[in-house]
Amino acid sequence: MINNQMNHIWKRFAQSMRLMVGVPEYSVYVEHMRSAHPEQTIMSQEEFFRERMEARYGGKGRLNRCC
Amino acid sequence: MNQLSKWIGWLLFSLLGAVAFGVIALNRGESISAIWIVIAAVCVYLIAFRFYSQFIARRVLKLDATRMTPAYRYNDGLDHVPTNKYVLFGHHFAAIAGAGPLVGPILAAQMGYLPSMLWLLAGVVFAGAVQDFIVLFISMRRNARSLGDLIKSELGHVPGMIALFGTFFIMLILLAVLALIVVKALAESPWGTFTVAATIPIAMFMGIYSRYFRPCAIAEISLIGFTLLILSIVAGQYVQEDPAWAAVFSATGEQLTWVLIGYGFIASVLPVWLLLAPRDYLSTFLKIGTIVGLAIGVIILSPELKMPALTQFIDGSGPVWSGDLFPFLFVTVACGAVSGFHSLIASGTTPKMIQNETDARFIGYGAMLMESFVAIMALIAAAALEPGIYFAMNSPAAIIGTTVESAVQTISQWGFHITPEMITQTTQNVGEHSIISRTGGAPTLAVGMAQILSGVIGDTAMMAFWYHFAILFEALFILTAVDAGTRAGRFMLQDLLGLFIPAMKQTDSLMASLIATGICVSGWGYFLYQGVIDPLGGINTLWPLFGIANQMLAGIALILCTCVLFRMKLDRFAWITVIPAVWVCICTLTAAWQKIFHDNPRIGFLAHAEKYQEAVTQDIVLAPAKSIGQMQQVIFNDYINVTLTALFIAVLISILMFGIRTILQARVIHHPTTRETPFELLPVYASIEK
Repeated sequence: MINNQMNHIWKRFAQSMRLMVGVPEYSVYVEHMRSAHPEQTIMSQEEFFRERMEARYGGKGRLNRCC
Repeated sequence: MNQLSKWIGWLLFSLLGAVAFGVIALNRGESISAIWIVIAAVCVYLIAFRFYSQFIARRVLKLDATRMTPAYRYNDGLDHVPTNKYVLFGHHFAAIAGAGPLVGPILAAQMGYLPSMLWLLAGVVFAGAVQDFIVLFISMRRNARSLGDLIKSELGHVPGMIALFGTFFIMLILLAVLALIVVKALAESPWGTFTVAATIPIAMFMGIYSRYFRPCAIAEISLIGFTLLILSIVAGQYVQEDPAWAAVFSATGEQLTWVLIGYGFIASVLPVWLLLAPRDYLSTFLKIGTIVGLAIGVIILSPELKMPALTQFIDGSGPVWSGDLFPFLFVTVACGAVSGFHSLIASGTTPKMIQNETDARFIGYGAMLMESFVAIMALIAAAALEPGIYFAMNSPAAIIGTTVESAVQTISQWGFHITPEMITQTTQNVGEHSIISRTGGAPTLAVGMAQILSGVIGDTAMMAFWYHFAILFEALFILTAVDAGTRAGRFMLQDLLGLFIPAMKQTDSLMASLIATGICVSGWGYFLYQGVIDPLGGINTLWPLFGIANQMLAGIALILCTCVLFRMKLDRFAWITVIPAVWVCICTLTAAWQKIFHDNPRIGFLAHAEKYQEAVTQDIVLAPAKSIGQMQQVIFNDYINVTLTALFIAVLISILMFGIRTILQARVIHHPTTRETPFELLPVYASIEK
């Protein structure tokens, strides 16, 4: 029980750390694509990772950090 | 019963906070423990969050747990992803926390810790956190649109363009002042310069490793990078002790300026995976880790505050920056109390990921309280230093001279206890050549942090390590900000120039992007260079200018919030943004006015120019100029600063006018006129995912 909870907290923590550098959950993306757009091709984890990196830093003039 | 015990709990909290304030207020003359400041601050934050933010969330904005959010409406698994509120809190906090809240309170400490502490607490509760929260709310209800877009749709097209234009110049000043902090921290310091230079190959190694061997393994490459960073800090000591290597990594401020300008240009056109992304991992994780470490250190060690609660410099004669407590303390403290740049973040990626409207309170208001706490810790780190050391480090050479003796003499005259041994001992402990006039805040924070961290892990022997660790940590995220800021500025500029020259709009055109990058880099590079050669240390001029710019952006965001409240027909609640907006406008406009017209040449640009002009007519050369030609350059710089400050004033006043127009229009219409996305129910499955 406690073990489960610790696992859950650790997962959330890792998720938050990844999101801090602009990478959301891959599994959530895959699940979303499967259920919402089954006809479209799903990016591989590596493609997903690159796409997110370009989106964060290649930016369209949007600031994603502060002074 | 349960209700009653809750109320008793809050009552006890208030009492505890009141006791802490009592200790701080009554213990004048003798030093107090930092723990009282921590307790007072935490009580204020908890009470403000529980009561004020709940009032705003429930009574004013009426956050609706059943209303559709952009994350569900546009869910794509990429930008728009419904995200757990604690996970998103971390993301949002990492995006808003930077060098600003660390440096501002350190510079402001010259007036004593009390004024900064009071403004950090009052400012965040009534202005900063309110701004972040309401901008997040506004953006969330409008498909997560950006600040510029929001101003365009709520105030009009012209004010939107003006705000965009103003933001670009605000960013140039921001980048210049950040870069100046790095230059000031690294000048003539081979250890620091080596470790910071080492981050470039380390990041590139991480980038290549990640690209070709282990894509997606963020934790793994970050750990490898972190280990290499620590090794580079250790190696830095040997570099410093070896005369040949030390010479390679000793650079003057001017040399570092050129290196940084070149670096800014090259780094911002390199592919992102090579340098920017891996270094961003390092700087983000290091930032979070260091903030947590500092918090633990401050609480465990709870150092004594040696700085008086108030110093004689509240009259505006201080050496670190010039100007009276009102308005300059408020623009100096800046980010930890209220930060305009947060309105760009709160209308950026965060609103796209909010799972439920009601989370906005915790993320918007809560994360800003946390940022204020970071600023409180920086203030503690500065106030825990011997005041004599603090002033030796932060006073420009033009005031205290360049030798230990001259510094001791001047600072003793101000009434602070200092001996030559204290300075040499501290210099030795942190492994520097000199700590005299290391302005800019970063070295002071590093000494303060080294004192706190070495008190927890290691002893004085570890101080040099912690000092360079702190310098590296600051330099790392400042360089990331310079790189990312230059990129963002380039796109902003291409957008703006594209209005007049369509060819400039093509972001994929190499020529157009090189030109825009060049303009951007020379923009901040110009102010950086001007700051580096300034005999008053540059921070004296640039930090207030940065503070004014940043706080004016907060003014613009608060004006937007006010307009939206009036358009929602929430007139009777409008005071929650009207009061901070009015205060921020008064502070920044007064400060900007004084920066231009004050008769003291240390404050007013025109008075400064006049002083140099007079000298030119008498054929006298004043430092830093070495010839009449350079004197003309100083005068020219003053006029550039005047123009920029006047531009900021014009931007704020015009937005204010457009805001008042919008409010008057909204007042005569008897129904809400907001441009919110129409109400839609949140899908049923959303409540399960929570």
